[in-house]
Amino acid sequence: MTPLSHYLMASGLLFSLGLAGVLLRRTIIIIFMCLEMMLSATNLSLVAFSRYGIIHGHQNYDAQILVFFIITVAAAEVAVGLAIIVALFRSQQITHTEDLNRLKF
Amino acid sequence: MQLTLFWIFSSLMILFGLGVITLRSPVSCAMCLVSSFISLAALFITLDAFFIAVIQILVAAGAVMVLFLFIIMLLNLQAEECRRLRFPVILGGIATILCFLILLSQVLASNPQFLEPIPALQSTLSDVKMIGMTLFHSFNLPFQIIGLLLLVATVGVVLLSRRTLK
Repeated sequence: MTPLSHYLMASGLLFSLGLAGVLLRRTIIIIFMCLEMMLSATNLSLVAFSRYGIIHGHQNYDAQILVFFIITVAAAEVAVGLAIIVALFRSQQITHTEDLNRLKF
Repeated sequence: MQLTLFWIFSSLMILFGLGVITLRSPVSCAMCLVSSFISLAALFITLDAFFIAVIQILVAAGAVMVLFLFIIMLLNLQAEECRRLRFPVILGGIATILCFLILLSQVLASNPQFLEPIPALQSTLSDVKMIGMTLFHSFNLPFQIIGLLLLVATVGVVLLSRRTLK
Protein backbone atom coordinates (compact mmCIF):
# COMPACT_ATOMS: atom_id res chain seq x y z
CA MET A 1 0.00 0.00 0.00
CA THR A 2 1.01 3.63 -0.43
CA PRO A 3 3.39 5.02 2.18
CA LEU A 4 3.04 8.56 3.56
CA SER A 5 6.23 9.70 1.84
CA HIS A 6 4.59 9.33 -1.61
CA TYR A 7 1.85 11.79 -0.73
CA LEU A 8 4.30 14.23 0.88
CA MET A 9 6.55 14.09 -2.20
CA ALA A 10 3.60 14.75 -4.54
CA SER A 11 2.60 17.68 -2.34
CA GLY A 12 6.17 19.02 -2.37
CA LEU A 13 6.34 18.72 -6.17
CA LEU A 14 3.05 20.62 -6.60
CA PHE A 15 4.28 23.29 -4.18
CA SER A 16 7.56 23.71 -6.13
CA LEU A 17 5.61 23.95 -9.40
CA GLY A 18 3.55 26.77 -7.88
CA LEU A 19 6.69 28.50 -6.61
CA ALA A 20 8.31 28.18 -10.06
CA GLY A 21 5.20 29.71 -11.62
CA VAL A 22 5.29 32.68 -9.23
CA LEU A 23 8.96 33.26 -10.08
CA LEU A 24 8.78 32.71 -13.86
CA ARG A 25 5.42 34.06 -15.05
CA ARG A 26 4.71 37.74 -15.70
CA THR A 27 0.90 37.96 -15.93
CA ILE A 28 -0.57 38.91 -12.56
CA ILE A 29 -3.57 36.55 -12.86
CA ILE A 30 -1.36 33.54 -13.60
CA ILE A 31 0.86 34.38 -10.61
CA PHE A 32 -2.34 34.40 -8.55
CA MET A 33 -3.34 30.97 -9.92
CA CYS A 34 0.08 29.61 -8.93
CA LEU A 35 -0.50 30.91 -5.38
CA GLU A 36 -3.73 28.88 -5.33
CA MET A 37 -1.75 25.83 -6.44
CA MET A 38 0.70 26.26 -3.54
CA LEU A 39 -2.20 26.47 -1.06
CA SER A 40 -3.68 23.25 -2.48
CA ALA A 41 -0.32 21.51 -2.12
CA THR A 42 -0.27 22.29 1.60
CA ASN A 43 -3.85 20.97 1.80
CA LEU A 44 -2.71 17.66 0.31
CA SER A 45 0.04 17.20 2.92
CA LEU A 46 -2.40 18.10 5.74
CA VAL A 47 -4.97 15.53 4.56
CA ALA A 48 -2.22 12.89 4.21
CA PHE A 49 -1.04 13.53 7.78
CA SER A 50 -4.65 13.33 8.98
CA ARG A 51 -5.13 9.90 7.32
CA TYR A 52 -1.85 8.42 8.56
CA GLY A 53 -2.00 9.88 12.09
CA ILE A 54 -4.88 7.73 13.30
CA ILE A 55 -6.41 8.34 16.75
CA HIS A 56 -9.03 5.95 18.27
CA GLY A 57 -9.44 4.10 14.97
CA HIS A 58 -10.49 7.11 12.92
CA GLN A 59 -8.65 9.87 11.11
CA ASN A 60 -7.37 12.96 12.90
CA TYR A 61 -10.20 15.29 11.96
CA ASP A 62 -8.50 18.43 13.39
CA ALA A 63 -6.28 18.49 10.27
CA GLN A 64 -9.30 18.25 7.97
CA ILE A 65 -10.96 21.17 9.79
CA LEU A 66 -7.76 23.14 9.19
CA VAL A 67 -7.99 22.27 5.47
CA PHE A 68 -11.61 23.47 5.49
CA PHE A 69 -10.49 26.80 6.98
CA ILE A 70 -7.63 27.11 4.46
CA ILE A 71 -10.05 26.60 1.54
CA THR A 72 -12.39 29.26 2.98
CA VAL A 73 -9.62 31.80 3.50
CA ALA A 74 -8.28 31.06 0.01
CA ALA A 75 -11.71 31.78 -1.49
CA ALA A 76 -11.91 35.12 0.37
CA GLU A 77 -8.36 35.93 -0.71
CA VAL A 78 -9.18 35.20 -4.36
CA ALA A 79 -12.20 37.53 -4.26
CA VAL A 80 -10.22 40.43 -2.77
CA GLY A 81 -7.15 39.84 -4.97
CA LEU A 82 -9.17 39.72 -8.19
CA ALA A 83 -10.96 42.94 -7.17
CA ILE A 84 -7.57 44.60 -6.69
CA ILE A 85 -6.40 43.31 -10.10
CA VAL A 86 -9.54 44.68 -11.80
CA ALA A 87 -9.13 48.05 -10.04
CA LEU A 88 -5.48 48.17 -11.16
CA PHE A 89 -6.48 47.38 -14.73
CA ARG A 90 -9.21 50.03 -14.74
CA SER A 91 -6.93 52.82 -13.54
CA GLN A 92 -3.67 51.90 -15.33
CA GLN A 93 -4.36 49.15 -17.94
CA ILE A 94 -1.69 46.99 -16.30
CA THR A 95 -1.76 43.19 -16.55
CA HIS A 96 1.98 42.45 -16.35
CA THR A 97 4.13 42.75 -13.27
CA GLU A 98 6.97 44.48 -15.13
CA ASP A 99 4.74 47.44 -16.07
CA LEU A 100 3.88 47.89 -12.44
CA ASN A 101 6.82 50.05 -11.33
CA ARG A 102 5.14 52.76 -9.23
CA LEU A 103 3.50 52.41 -5.84
CA LYS A 104 1.42 55.61 -5.98
CA PHE A 105 -0.73 56.67 -8.95
CA MET B 1 -5.53 -0.58 -5.90
CA GLN B 2 -4.88 2.53 -3.83
CA LEU B 3 -1.29 2.66 -5.09
CA THR B 4 -2.43 2.53 -8.74
CA LEU B 5 -4.97 5.29 -8.16
CA PHE B 6 -2.31 7.35 -6.36
CA TRP B 7 0.12 7.08 -9.28
CA ILE B 8 -2.53 7.90 -11.90
CA PHE B 9 -3.95 10.95 -10.15
CA SER B 10 -0.70 12.36 -8.76
CA SER B 11 0.96 12.18 -12.20
CA LEU B 12 -2.13 13.85 -13.74
CA MET B 13 -1.96 16.55 -11.06
CA ILE B 14 1.75 17.23 -11.65
CA LEU B 15 1.30 17.21 -15.46
CA PHE B 16 -1.54 19.73 -15.36
CA GLY B 17 0.45 21.81 -12.86
CA LEU B 18 3.30 21.88 -15.39
CA GLY B 19 0.73 23.02 -17.95
CA VAL B 20 -0.22 25.97 -15.72
CA ILE B 21 3.31 27.30 -15.61
CA THR B 22 4.29 26.58 -19.24
CA LEU B 23 1.25 27.40 -21.41
CA ARG B 24 1.06 30.92 -22.83
CA SER B 25 -2.67 31.48 -23.06
CA PRO B 26 -4.34 32.42 -19.73
CA VAL B 27 -7.51 30.44 -20.54
CA SER B 28 -5.48 27.23 -21.10
CA CYS B 29 -3.70 27.89 -17.79
CA ALA B 30 -7.04 28.21 -15.99
CA MET B 31 -8.34 24.99 -17.58
CA CYS B 32 -5.14 23.14 -16.58
CA LEU B 33 -5.57 24.42 -13.03
CA VAL B 34 -9.16 23.13 -12.93
CA SER B 35 -7.99 19.68 -14.05
CA SER B 36 -5.17 19.76 -11.50
CA PHE B 37 -7.65 20.59 -8.73
CA ILE B 38 -9.98 17.77 -9.79
CA SER B 39 -7.06 15.28 -9.70
CA LEU B 40 -6.21 16.64 -6.25
CA ALA B 41 -9.80 15.97 -5.13
CA ALA B 42 -9.40 12.38 -6.39
CA LEU B 43 -6.23 12.09 -4.26
CA PHE B 44 -8.26 13.30 -1.27
CA ILE B 45 -10.74 10.49 -1.96
CA THR B 46 -7.92 7.92 -1.95
CA LEU B 47 -7.10 9.29 1.53
CA ASP B 48 -10.74 8.74 2.69
CA ALA B 49 -11.37 12.49 3.08
CA PHE B 50 -14.67 12.57 1.21
CA PHE B 51 -16.01 15.85 2.60
CA ILE B 52 -12.79 17.74 1.81
CA ALA B 53 -12.78 16.27 -1.71
CA VAL B 54 -16.32 17.50 -2.39
CA ILE B 55 -15.48 20.94 -0.96
CA GLN B 56 -12.35 21.05 -3.13
CA ILE B 57 -14.39 20.36 -6.28
CA LEU B 58 -17.25 22.74 -5.38
CA VAL B 59 -15.25 25.68 -4.04
CA ALA B 60 -11.77 25.53 -5.55
CA ALA B 61 -12.43 23.93 -8.93
CA GLY B 62 -15.94 25.40 -9.28
CA ALA B 63 -16.47 28.82 -7.74
CA VAL B 64 -12.91 30.11 -7.60
CA MET B 65 -11.98 29.03 -11.13
CA VAL B 66 -15.20 30.49 -12.57
CA LEU B 67 -14.17 33.76 -10.92
CA PHE B 68 -10.72 33.49 -12.53
CA LEU B 69 -12.16 32.77 -15.99
CA PHE B 70 -14.61 35.64 -15.58
CA ILE B 71 -11.80 38.09 -14.77
CA ILE B 72 -9.68 36.79 -17.68
CA MET B 73 -12.65 37.46 -19.97
CA LEU B 74 -13.25 40.90 -18.39
CA LEU B 75 -9.64 42.04 -18.78
CA ASN B 76 -9.49 40.59 -22.31
CA LEU B 77 -6.09 39.01 -21.63
CA GLN B 78 -4.11 37.87 -24.66
CA ALA B 79 -1.33 35.31 -24.72
CA GLU B 80 1.66 36.48 -22.75
CA GLU B 81 4.29 37.87 -25.13
CA CYS B 82 7.89 36.75 -24.83
CA ARG B 83 9.78 39.17 -22.69
CA ARG B 84 13.41 39.37 -21.75
CA LEU B 85 14.12 36.77 -19.07
CA ARG B 86 16.30 37.74 -16.15
CA PHE B 87 18.71 34.85 -15.84
CA PRO B 88 20.03 35.51 -12.28
CA VAL B 89 16.44 35.45 -10.99
CA ILE B 90 15.65 32.22 -12.86
CA LEU B 91 18.87 30.53 -11.71
CA GLY B 92 18.23 31.56 -8.11
CA GLY B 93 14.65 30.32 -8.28
CA ILE B 94 15.59 26.95 -9.77
CA ALA B 95 18.36 26.53 -7.18
CA THR B 96 15.91 27.30 -4.36
CA ILE B 97 13.34 24.83 -5.67
CA LEU B 98 15.96 22.10 -6.21
CA CYS B 99 17.32 22.60 -2.69
CA PHE B 100 13.77 22.34 -1.30
CA LEU B 101 13.06 19.11 -3.18
CA ILE B 102 16.42 17.52 -2.25
CA LEU B 103 15.87 18.47 1.41
CA LEU B 104 12.36 17.02 1.32
CA SER B 105 13.52 13.71 -0.16
CA GLN B 106 16.35 13.48 2.40
CA VAL B 107 13.92 14.08 5.27
CA LEU B 108 11.47 11.51 3.89
CA ALA B 109 14.25 8.92 3.46
CA SER B 110 15.73 9.54 6.94
CA ASN B 111 12.86 8.15 9.02
CA PRO B 112 11.30 4.69 8.44
CA GLN B 113 8.05 6.04 9.94
CA PHE B 114 7.33 7.73 6.62
CA LEU B 115 7.51 4.37 4.78
CA GLU B 116 4.90 2.53 6.84
CA PRO B 117 1.80 1.38 4.93
CA ILE B 118 -1.54 3.08 5.38
CA PRO B 119 -3.23 2.12 8.70
CA ALA B 120 -6.73 0.63 8.60
CA LEU B 121 -9.75 2.62 9.75
CA GLN B 122 -12.03 1.14 12.43
CA SER B 123 -14.56 3.96 12.63
CA THR B 124 -18.25 3.27 12.10
CA LEU B 125 -19.29 6.93 11.98
CA SER B 126 -19.48 8.59 8.59
CA ASP B 127 -16.91 11.14 7.47
CA VAL B 128 -19.26 14.13 7.31
CA LYS B 129 -20.68 13.41 10.76
CA MET B 130 -17.22 13.38 12.32
CA ILE B 131 -16.29 16.60 10.50
CA GLY B 132 -19.44 18.31 11.76
CA MET B 133 -18.90 17.16 15.32
CA THR B 134 -15.28 18.35 15.34
CA LEU B 135 -16.21 21.64 13.68
CA PHE B 136 -19.03 22.55 16.05
CA HIS B 137 -17.55 21.14 19.27
CA SER B 138 -13.85 21.96 19.19
CA PHE B 139 -13.69 24.70 16.55
CA ASN B 140 -16.85 26.72 17.11
CA LEU B 141 -15.15 30.08 17.74
CA PRO B 142 -12.80 29.84 14.69
CA PHE B 143 -15.84 28.90 12.60
CA GLN B 144 -17.65 32.10 13.59
CA ILE B 145 -14.52 34.19 13.13
CA ILE B 146 -14.20 32.81 9.59
CA GLY B 147 -17.81 33.84 8.91
CA LEU B 148 -16.86 37.37 9.95
CA LEU B 149 -13.82 37.19 7.66
CA LEU B 150 -16.03 36.29 4.69
CA LEU B 151 -18.32 39.25 5.50
CA VAL B 152 -15.34 41.63 5.68
CA ALA B 153 -13.99 40.27 2.36
CA THR B 154 -17.38 40.79 0.70
CA VAL B 155 -17.60 44.40 1.92
CA GLY B 156 -14.00 44.98 0.84
CA VAL B 157 -14.67 43.67 -2.67
CA VAL B 158 -17.75 45.88 -3.05
CA LEU B 159 -15.73 48.88 -1.88
CA LEU B 160 -12.82 48.07 -4.24
CA SER B 161 -15.02 47.67 -7.30
CA ARG B 162 -16.70 51.06 -7.03
CA ARG B 163 -16.20 53.30 -10.02
CA THR B 164 -13.81 55.78 -8.37
CA LEU B 165 -11.19 54.78 -5.83
CA LYS B 166 -10.45 57.50 -3.28
